[in-house]
Amino acid sequence: MKITESKLLIILEEVFEKDPVDMKVEDSFKDYDEWDSLTQLALVATLDDEFNINVNSDELEKINTILDILDLINNS
Amino acid sequence: MAFLSFNNVGINGVSACVPKNIKKNKDLEDLLGKDELNKVIKSIGIQEMRHVDKGVTPSDLCYEAALTLIEDLKIDKSDIDLVLFLSQNGDFKIPATSPSLQHRLGLPKTTACIDLTLACSGYVYALSTAYAYASQPTINKVLLLVGEAFSQIVSDKDKVNAPLYGDAGTATLISKGDFGESQFNLYSDGSGFEAVQIPAGGARCPSTSETVKSREMEKGNSRTLHQLYMDGLDVFNFTLKVVPSSIKKALTKSNNNNETIDYFLFHQANKFMIDFFRKKLKIAEDKVPISLDKFGNVSSATIPLTIVTKLKDKIENKKLLLSGFGAGLSWATAVLDTSLCKVSKLKEI
Repeated sequence: MKITESKLLIILEEVFEKDPVDMKVEDSFKDYDEWDSLTQLALVATLDDEFNINVNSDELEKINTILDILDLINNS
Repeated sequence: MAFLSFNNVGINGVSACVPKNIKKNKDLEDLLGKDELNKVIKSIGIQEMRHVDKGVTPSDLCYEAALTLIEDLKIDKSDIDLVLFLSQNGDFKIPATSPSLQHRLGLPKTTACIDLTLACSGYVYALSTAYAYASQPTINKVLLLVGEAFSQIVSDKDKVNAPLYGDAGTATLISKGDFGESQFNLYSDGSGFEAVQIPAGGARCPSTSETVKSREMEKGNSRTLHQLYMDGLDVFNFTLKVVPSSIKKALTKSNNNNETIDYFLFHQANKFMIDFFRKKLKIAEDKVPISLDKFGNVSSATIPLTIVTKLKDKIENKKLLLSGFGAGLSWATAVLDTSLCKVSKLKEI
C-alpha cells in the first residue's frame, strides 16, 4: 500500500500528538519533545494496524526521519 | 501442535484474594515527574494496585482464596485429588509450594501436588493442565491456585515496571460435570527469553554479592539482577504478532465469532495494549472486562482476578475466550463454557 506524505502526516498526528502543520518529512522525529517509550509503542502499533508492518526494536533504531517511515511503508 | 479439547469438564468456581494495602500511581511523581506520570497513567490505564505487606507471599494469598472457594462451594476436601500451584515466586527454592498448601488447607495425603511456573500466559496453561487431570475417571476435583506478588520483585526505582504490577492470589475449582466443549491452544517462542526476565538467582546466574547490588541499568532505571526487567517494545511487538492471530484461530477452531463469545478476557497487561487488540479484532467494548485500573497487572493471576472483580453474577451460562501472553515468550488461548461457574466475593487481607 502506497501512501502520500500528507496522508502519513495526518496518521502520525495521533502518534506524536502534534499538529501535521508542525511536522515535516525531513524531521528527525526522535528529537521531538513528545518522543518517549509510549510514543514508540504508539508508532509500532500504528505501523501494524494501518500498514500491517511489524517493526522490532532493532529496526526502529534505524528509522530516524518521517521520510524513513514513508520509505518503509512504500517499500514494504 | 498443542491443541486440547474437553467435554464434560469445567470450572465450578473462582475466587480471589488481594492485600488491603493500596498503592496509587499518582504517588510516583518523584520517580517519573508530573508530566510523564500523567502520560503513563493515561496510557497504561492503571490508577492503583494492591501490594502485600512484607512477609506475605503469593501462596498466602492463594491460601485465603482457596479457603473462600472451599467454603462457598461447600467442597468436601477429600474430593480434591490434585492441587496445582502456579507462580514465579514460590515460598522456597526447595521444596515446591503446593505440598505446603495441601497441608495448610487440610487436604488429605492422597492429594497430588504440582508446582507450575509460567508468567502471564500461566492461568490458561495451568487451566488446561487442570482440565486434563480432571478428565481422568479417577480424579474428582482439581484445585488450581494461581498467584503473584510482583511488588516483591520489582524495583521501586524502575520507571517501566513500578507503575504496572499488583499482587493477588486466586483459586479455581475444576471437575467433571454437565459442561459443553472447552478448547485450549498453547504456544511458545523461547527465542524471546530475554524480553522479560529476572536474570539472577537461578542456575544460569547464581546469586552473588554483585547480583544483589542495585545499579542504573538504563537512564533513570535502577534495579538489581534479582528484580524484573522488561523490554516493553519487544514485548509489545511480540504480542502484536501473536495475540490477534491466535484469537482468530481459536474462534475459527471452536466455530465461534465475536457475537457468540460473551466475554473476551485478556491478560491485563496495560490498557493501551488491550484497547489495541479490542479495536483490531473489532470486539465490542462491553465484552472486554478491565480490572487493571484498580489492581494493575498481576501477571498470571489477572484473568481469574478479572472474573472475580468484574464478572461476579454475570458468568453463568456464558462462553468465554481467554487470552494470556507474556514472558517466555509464551501465549495461550482458551474458549470455555462456564455454565456451572460460581464466582466468590473478592477477599481482602
